[in-house]
Amino acid sequence: MDIKKYIASGILELYVAGTLSVEENLEVQHYAIKYPEIQKEIETIEAAILELTSVVSPGLSNDSFKKVKSELDDVIPFAPTPSPKRTPWISYLGWAASLIFAIGMLWMYLQNDKLESEIKITEQEIQTLEEQIIDGEQILVEKGKTEKLLKELRNKNVNVVALAGQNVAPESYAKVYWNKPEQKVYVDAQGLPKPPAGFTYQVWSLKLEPLAPTSIGLLDDFANNETSVFELENVNESEAFGITLEPEGGSESPNLDQLYTLGAVGR
Amino acid sequence: MDLDNLIKQFQKKDEKAFETLYGMYAENICGVIYTIVKDQERAQELCQDVFVKIWDKSDTYNPSKGRFFTWILNIARNTAIDELRSKAHKNNKKNLQLDSFVGILKHDKDFNNKIDVIGLESLLIGLKEKCILLIDLLYFKGYTQKEAAETLKKPIGTIKTRIRACISEIRKNRNL
Repeated sequence: MDIKKYIASGILELYVAGTLSVEENLEVQHYAIKYPEIQKEIETIEAAILELTSVVSPGLSNDSFKKVKSELDDVIPFAPTPSPKRTPWISYLGWAASLIFAIGMLWMYLQNDKLESEIKITEQEIQTLEEQIIDGEQILVEKGKTEKLLKELRNKNVNVVALAGQNVAPESYAKVYWNKPEQKVYVDAQGLPKPPAGFTYQVWSLKLEPLAPTSIGLLDDFANNETSVFELENVNESEAFGITLEPEGGSESPNLDQLYTLGAVGR
Repeated sequence: MDLDNLIKQFQKKDEKAFETLYGMYAENICGVIYTIVKDQERAQELCQDVFVKIWDKSDTYNPSKGRFFTWILNIARNTAIDELRSKAHKNNKKNLQLDSFVGILKHDKDFNNKIDVIGLESLLIGLKEKCILLIDLLYFKGYTQKEAAETLKKPIGTIKTRIRACISEIRKNRNL
């Protein structure tokens, strides 16, 4: 590089004036470090401008710096006030505060999470307990029904008739508890097999001489009757009871081929 | 301590370093401000304001942007020009046309003030009026090359060589 030519270009005068672009500034800076001649030239140009600007000064009082300093005191206090230490202390406090805040937020988030899952667990527990209450109520209802039924069966007016298995189903059996004054029968059908789909058991009251059956009802909804005890009305002067398998809805007269159980009323 | 270290110390808010820099440049800063505001007392006040600003803004100075003197020169010019604008606004004067720094010669002769008139005259021996004008625009008023070229109605490419020649005249007068 031609240093003399570079100096002669006038770029250094503009550098001191401060009118160069950022790139040009960096270029001059770079050359000034590399070539002491350029650095010296810059300083000399600056010295000329310093001469020029100082001769037009209206002069300064001897205590002019004191005035500047007093204004600085207004803006930024010097030592021995603890000002320089105050800034880091305050900023530490700020950091500490934000850290505590962040931890607090995290803690609250976790607490919230925990509480939400606890709420879910509690809701599930409530549901389980409600189900248990319903079950319990049902048990009580069932128990009440059973007790009532037992009471009915133990009634002194009840006549128990055992029905024995017939040809179609020799293993089957049934019992009829007949409360004659109240004109009610309770049929215990526990010993009967579950009827096939589309069929139902029909209970008959029989007169023996001559044989005359009268239907007293159907053992409806057989599968869902937990006690397998069916309550029916019986207004007849029955001498025997029989149970036949009939098409759903029942029949006018019994199908004797499908006579499951039969038993005579004891005297 | 050399200038670079002095500036570093100053940027660390070293008051002694600041006082040294003040001693080095206060007259120059006051001079520049005075040529713009043309009021001695006000120039001295503004000069102090500028140094307070320099102190407050010390961390914004970066040597890669140029000379330290160039940096404070720029702050001084802007402060003085702002003052002039607000004053012009107050006085309802729309015309901000300024005469060059030599304008104060006449002014100061009339009022017999403290300006080193002889010093200034000796410094400007042999300088043509166009040179004085260009120096004024670039150093005292902070014009860019383009603005100076437009004001003087000269091609922008000639500004660099002209300012070189003009400063050389001043250097000759002081054997710099």
